Amino acid sequence: MNLTEHEGKAVLAAAGIAVPRGRVVTSAGETADAASAGPVVVKAQVPTGKRGKAGGVRFAATPAEAAAAASALLGSSIGGHPVRAVLVEQRLPIVRELYVAVTIDPATKGPVVLLSAEGGIDVEDAAARGALRRLSIDILDGFSIAQATGLIAGLDLDARAAEVLVRLYDAWRRSDAELLEINPLAVLPDGALVAADAKLVVDDASLGRQSLKPAISPHATPAETRAAALGLNFHQLDGTVGVLANGAGLTMATLDMVRHFGGAAANFLEIGGDAYTQAKPALELVLALPGIRSLVVNFCGAYARTDVMAGGVVEAWRALSPTIPVFFSIHGTGEDEAVALVREQLGIEPFDRAEDAVKAAVEAAR
Amino acid sequence: MILRAEDRVAVWGITGRQASFWTERMIAYGTCVVGGINPARPGTSHLGLPVWGRAAEAERFDVALLFVPPAAVREATLDALSARPRTVIILAEHVPLHDMMIVHVAARRAGVRIIGANTAGLVTPGAAFAGIMPAFNDRIFRPGRVGVVSRSGSLGALVCLNLVRAGYGQSAFIGVGGDTLPGTTSRDALEALEADPRTAAAVLLGEIGGGMEQEAAAFVRGMSKPVVAFIAGAAAPPGKRMGHAGAIIGAAGEGYAAKRQALEAAGAIVVATPGELPAALHDKGI
Repeated sequence: MNLTEHEGKAVLAAAGIAVPRGRVVTSAGETADAASAGPVVVKAQVPTGKRGKAGGVRFAATPAEAAAAASALLGSSIGGHPVRAVLVEQRLPIVRELYVAVTIDPATKGPVVLLSAEGGIDVEDAAARGALRRLSIDILDGFSIAQATGLIAGLDLDARAAEVLVRLYDAWRRSDAELLEINPLAVLPDGALVAADAKLVVDDASLGRQSLKPAISPHATPAETRAAALGLNFHQLDGTVGVLANGAGLTMATLDMVRHFGGAAANFLEIGGDAYTQAKPALELVLALPGIRSLVVNFCGAYARTDVMAGGVVEAWRALSPTIPVFFSIHGTGEDEAVALVREQLGIEPFDRAEDAVKAAVEAAR
Repeated sequence: MILRAEDRVAVWGITGRQASFWTERMIAYGTCVVGGINPARPGTSHLGLPVWGRAAEAERFDVALLFVPPAAVREATLDALSARPRTVIILAEHVPLHDMMIVHVAARRAGVRIIGANTAGLVTPGAAFAGIMPAFNDRIFRPGRVGVVSRSGSLGALVCLNLVRAGYGQSAFIGVGGDTLPGTTSRDALEALEADPRTAAAVLLGEIGGGMEQEAAAFVRGMSKPVVAFIAGAAAPPGKRMGHAGAIIGAAGEGYAAKRQALEAAGAIVVATPGELPAALHDKGI
């Protein structure tokens, strides 16, 4: 989950990394107040990158300018995220900008510390020019001052930079982060280092132990919001063929089949894993989608029991009496009971091949 | 990586409801389950098997099968590693990434293979299975010569069903799992199938996201055995996580086209729907 800049900075500050003096405010009046001590930067607090390019960062020399910048930003939308708060920060006398980050390297399955003397720019550009230093870390050994000192060698930086890197790594570990990035890390005239920005992405699987609540995307449709509350993996798409399947792989494959046979899926929804008992609420979500003209139910039970899932489908189908046609393919754990249930309770004969069920659903949606 | 009937399996979390359900089926199928681990119930027995508090107290085992919830995976794996088994299979989905990184380093130091996380496990039809695949369903699994490598349990089951229906059996099913940081990659699994004398061909079930299919393609190029593949997610919208943590198109090259191209360039047949895999095997002379 992407956090906002000020949330990331709170994590940095707690780890002992300096951040600019600033305040998070939600009105122009408060902004003017926060800007009374001198020139400021007014920054939209949205959990998305490329904020600067989208006009989400404004400079203001006076309280009036700051208030005007806040008025323009508050209530606007950046990358689809509504701007509900701005961070008002003192402007820094920056003499040099660095890039520092810690992230996960899929190649080593471990942490990697990244450093570039060219901060404030796209890190991809720095990497392409060979201006990005990388150091793989053994997560059981940790990241030492000696390693950090080696990483900054030859870049005309002092021990303070090595200290920031080690603190950044510690903050990354403590926050279960996928990415913790400072871009730019500002070098001030006296050589002090201050995090001018912060980007923190926390591993979704760690939100519980980090005491964070999963964020609902501002792009989420009402159906997606309901699905998130039910703990279901659901994406609303713009097609006409509703899809209900178990397991991520089978659900993706079912969507692929819909497209292969010339149709367009109305949704991605999987009820595999421990969600397999949720067939009824899941189906209710799909049937309520606008534009849905047919439904394919494709179950292949391994861990998920198809008899339990089919029971949920039958129950939902009877409760909602939908008018669209439904096509089944059911195999795997519990299939005999599941097929009998669908046959007897709904009077529908499941297709033997998943492809045939999908093809029929695509044709029915035409 | 290919499970054998003589492999001794210890089940972490054996007393749980799902673990009990699947362990009973594993035993009935012929898997050599030596016992289970539950730190809260050492010295008891369950399903007629001994329950130990930790690995150090357990009988010798080759495979640790973890039925524990995601938050308990790190501790359970470190415990299992202390007994130096050959393999640790992690079934749980949503294991914190930092825990998985610790697991991977510890396993590397111990010289132990990790399979998963978020895997459906291993099946060797007619011999043994460890995990949550319906090995006992003979419409899905029958002994044969095709090795199946899959990131997904449900799609793996569908494809195994299609193979059996077309008259093919399986030499092994290797679930590499849907995690972002899998301990065993599709390439590792293909290497095991290439070296396995009972395997004549491999079916590779990939997904969008990550770089595992490209890594596998580099190995396919030098394989003596034919490979046919299906990559799930051709119709997936970019930027959305398709259920599996690893199945999100982020960086360039993580999408369907790049993966398909890499595998085809390496000599694999890549089909458009999973039902076409048996015909592709036939085309490869299997």
